[in-house]
Amino acid sequence: MPQPTDLLFYAFAGLTLLFGFLCVANPLSRNPVTSAMFLVLTIVSMAGLFVLLNAFFLAAVQILVYAGAVMVLFLFVIMLLDLQEEERRKLNKVALGLGGVAILGLAGILVRALAAGPAKAGSPAVEGTTRELGRILFQSYLLPFEVVSVLLLVAMVGVILLSKKELK
Amino acid sequence: MSLQAGLGHYLVVSALLFCLGLLGVVGRRNLLVIYMGLELMLNSANLALVAFSRFNNNLNGQVMVFFVITVAAAEVAVGLALIVALYRRRQTAHVEDLVSLKL
Repeated sequence: MPQPTDLLFYAFAGLTLLFGFLCVANPLSRNPVTSAMFLVLTIVSMAGLFVLLNAFFLAAVQILVYAGAVMVLFLFVIMLLDLQEEERRKLNKVALGLGGVAILGLAGILVRALAAGPAKAGSPAVEGTTRELGRILFQSYLLPFEVVSVLLLVAMVGVILLSKKELK
Repeated sequence: MSLQAGLGHYLVVSALLFCLGLLGVVGRRNLLVIYMGLELMLNSANLALVAFSRFNNNLNGQVMVFFVITVAAAEVAVGLALIVALYRRRQTAHVEDLVSLKL
């Protein structure tokens, strides 16, 4: 008998896959803004899956960082560039068909492998709350945490350097 | 597989999402949309990590996802700056126009 959480899982999984498909291969529109908007929806429904997995902190971070910061960057860049000619280009049908066949094959192999070998799973008990995650982050992973902050600084300096008009 | 949502179900969703991202990378010709496909692939790996972490009672997987999200944010910023710099030089964000390395 499926529980309500299982029904929610199917709903969110279906929405994630549907929006993901519309993001990369929307049959109605090839405008990058449409793709970006569907990517936002994909990420939000994936945050729903994270909540179902009791990863509450990661669900919040997913929405804040991905749907917030990253997608705003994407939209800024899309609107900075003039991409109107994208819609007038004709698609390379042969390459698209071959790529589609290859990816269908990959999907078939992956799903078959997952269905054949039952992944070992205990009873789920772990809770990804902020308290638990913060404890493990600041005890076992303190050094990587600090290194990541340096990485963000490096990325920031690099982006400023790359976006300058003239390099000196 | 039973109807109850277990580890296998989450892994199937993750695998299908990865394939969708790959479809975006292979099938589209706009640099920005290719980049969105890459983001989808990263996200599908995150989903698999969180599912494994949940069903193996090990919180380290979620810390890993936290780091992946941080690095992905930095990567997006740098990559988009590169695309803008490229567009400024070549006036295009279309991979079929960027063939100067081709023999």
